[in-house]
Amino acid sequence: MSVLDRILGPRVSKEEQQAHPQRYRRPKVLFTAAALLLMVSLLLPYWVLKLDAPQFPDGLTITAYVNRLAGDVLEIEGLNHYVGLGSFEDGAVFERSIAIIAILMLAGLLLASLNVHSRWVLVFALPALLFPIIFVADLQYWLWTYGHNLDTAAPLANAVGEFTPPIFGPASIAQFETLALPGWGFAMALIASGLVATGLFYHRKAYKPLIDAQSATDSTEA
Amino acid sequence: MYARSRTPVWRRPSFITAVAVFATFGMLLAACTGGNGADGEGSYSSIIEERGFTDADVTAALMTYMPSGEHDPYIMIASGGHSGQVFVIGVPSMRILKEVAVFTPEPWQGWGVGNLETEEVLDAGNVDGNEIRWADTHHPAISETAGEYDGEFVFINDKANARVAVIDLRDFETKQIIKNPIAINDHGGTKVTPDTDWVIQGGQYATPHGWEFSEIENYDDAYRGMVTFWKFDRASGRIDESSSFAMELPPYWQDLCDAGKLVSDGWVFCGSFNTERATGEGSDGTGEPFEAGASARDNDYLHVINLDKAAEVAAAGNTFDVNEFPVVGLQTAIDEGLLYFVPEPKSPHGADVTPGGEYIVVSGKLDPHVSIYSFEKIQQAIADQNWQPDPYGVPVLDFDAVLEAQVEVGLGPLHTEFDADGYAYTSIFLDSTVARWKLGPPYHDDGWTLEGTLPVHYNIGHLSAAEGDTVSPDGGYLVALNKWSIDRFFPPGPLLPQNLQLVDISQPPSEESETGGMQLLYDMPLGMGEPHYAQIIKADKLTPFEVYPEVGWNPATMSVDPNAPQLGNERVERNGNNVEIWMTAIRSHFTPDRIELQAGDNVTWHITNVDTSFDATHGFAIPGYNVNLSLEPGETGTVEFVANQDGTFPFYCTEFCSALHLEMAGYMLIEP
Repeated sequence: MSVLDRILGPRVSKEEQQAHPQRYRRPKVLFTAAALLLMVSLLLPYWVLKLDAPQFPDGLTITAYVNRLAGDVLEIEGLNHYVGLGSFEDGAVFERSIAIIAILMLAGLLLASLNVHSRWVLVFALPALLFPIIFVADLQYWLWTYGHNLDTAAPLANAVGEFTPPIFGPASIAQFETLALPGWGFAMALIASGLVATGLFYHRKAYKPLIDAQSATDSTEA
Repeated sequence: MYARSRTPVWRRPSFITAVAVFATFGMLLAACTGGNGADGEGSYSSIIEERGFTDADVTAALMTYMPSGEHDPYIMIASGGHSGQVFVIGVPSMRILKEVAVFTPEPWQGWGVGNLETEEVLDAGNVDGNEIRWADTHHPAISETAGEYDGEFVFINDKANARVAVIDLRDFETKQIIKNPIAINDHGGTKVTPDTDWVIQGGQYATPHGWEFSEIENYDDAYRGMVTFWKFDRASGRIDESSSFAMELPPYWQDLCDAGKLVSDGWVFCGSFNTERATGEGSDGTGEPFEAGASARDNDYLHVINLDKAAEVAAAGNTFDVNEFPVVGLQTAIDEGLLYFVPEPKSPHGADVTPGGEYIVVSGKLDPHVSIYSFEKIQQAIADQNWQPDPYGVPVLDFDAVLEAQVEVGLGPLHTEFDADGYAYTSIFLDSTVARWKLGPPYHDDGWTLEGTLPVHYNIGHLSAAEGDTVSPDGGYLVALNKWSIDRFFPPGPLLPQNLQLVDISQPPSEESETGGMQLLYDMPLGMGEPHYAQIIKADKLTPFEVYPEVGWNPATMSVDPNAPQLGNERVERNGNNVEIWMTAIRSHFTPDRIELQAGDNVTWHITNVDTSFDATHGFAIPGYNVNLSLEPGETGTVEFVANQDGTFPFYCTEFCSALHLEMAGYMLIEP
């Protein structure tokens, strides 16, 4: 039995498939849906920060996609320099550079896993499962880094002091009331993660008996 | 027995009494407390009572008040008279939004105080090498498409020096000033043709061509009137002088012009006065003063000009040159059928074409009527050759053959505009009123009647109705541009503000209303100039930039300046004693903010406001060198000067831009 065979796991006979179509379709549908959601999420914001102040009647908004920032970036950068916050350009450079390819790979692994009927499926599905947690952890790291590396020469660096902007929820800095919210892209990644988890459950339900049966046969033959 | 019990309860006297008592009490209670809360502390009713307001006062207040943050539905573009500028005013609140610098330096806008681009626009209006830094702006004209205001450009004339300016309504800045090469003053402009192909500039006080010297005794032969047709190139947003031309006219004093529209499209109508050719009173007491001499005859001449045909004649080169500018000669105009006269009552002022283009309404200042001429009858009289020549051979059409109607409106009628319901509004100078009168067919079958007059305060000149000189006037509002305010406001010294009065014309005339349904709403003092004419455009037709489209924008070219400093390329380059500086401005610093020069350096200083936020304007002032720029978000400006005074000069941002605005400064050090 080759390594590939071991990874792919047992084949499902036609008779078995016709006998239990739902059982084998479920994990495939769930993984495919998760892969599609991840791909669509590339087009949508993952994180949105809204800032309100008296002199900005319409507020300011910064929208983070996985690889770029949109919205009132220049204006907020301009304001940040008073506090001594670093430039957005210097943040998460590596993450932004690989984001698109990395997420496409997560989706690709999920699609590749459709033919994997063994425990190896975990290796294919785990990255997509954990992705939302990785994203939040990375964002938290950068927010902390920004808030704790203020330019001490900035006009208001001492007045504001070191801080970590909350990853989600309201905050207050100088005359600004801010509100950080997850974007639709992040919501999709989160749903994708849930679909993967459910998919894994059904995967185990469908293939565990086959694997067990096969190992029983193998041991008998041995 | 139990007789009472058979009577139904609602018929019993006790019940009826009780109901009556309750009803009366209830009505009393409602009268005391209900509705407008008359007894409520601090309520508006007590204010009305305290200040003794009438119903009309309250209506006027409610119609003009704009709560904070609400925008006016109309924008009025008014000339500034001899301030040389143009005003932008919200209607109906009558709040001044801006004074647009045109012919006169204005430091808040950085206009003509150091900014090279603005100096170049102003210098184009110099006369024979004399620097002219004021003007007498009279008649703004908003650009039109198919006879409707399109909100793209405003043209404005300078009566004093015969100049025309072009303002781009994307940024409300003046882009071009052009000096008329053949005349030294004008009045009959600006007006535009229905698609803004031509900007009309009519003359006023006749002079020899190119205002050369000639003895006054040569008046009849050497002095000439004129009308100039400027070709407008919408794509570049500039008047194209090379495709423009003028027409020579007899030495009458031409007055206001109007372009024909719809049925009369392609024709132009200008009033005139001093057809007497009076030449004034000399210091030796010979001759008559103009005010008498120019008012002797009963009639003057409405000039009827075939512009389309004149343009063909000019394009064919059938012209002579004055200061290298092509002029269609008077004899050519007569021979080619380009020019006709129509007698008009004494000393006329306005010549206003009705929305459909069917009629020209003329007011004789010294005649109590408006005279309404039919364009169709004018064409018929021309076809019938129903005319007599004037002393120069210009055909004068028969008055009775071309007159449609006359309406008696009051003493001293001047200018006429229109509403959406077929009513005309004429300013009446001597009576100090606005007259509302009904147009005849095709507007009303029972027209040519006066509906009423509204007193205004005082000495009204022009009036302006909402989109009131277009092919589809809006009605609703009218503004009376009064010359005198006398007792209307606190008098800040003997020079009083003008009084712009807002009038509600939304109500139809009625038998009961002496004012023909018009109501005065608001008095707006304007102590910054003397608006002559104004036009009122729907605000939603205007789509100005909030910030300039790209950083490094040069408003003169309406594109990014190749020399504009950008973030990161700020520098100072010295080549001998030529020093060029590329500086950026952003809240709250200049980069660089220390500039070292040597006395005698030729300095070229570029500065870009790299802020891109709505309203984040920076100023840039250099003391001692007469420099102040206004740099709107994204804008680049250039200053050139010779560092002829050594010393230490702190430069700074003049527009309060941010919390650290005072810190937004730097040093220009000029070493001896």
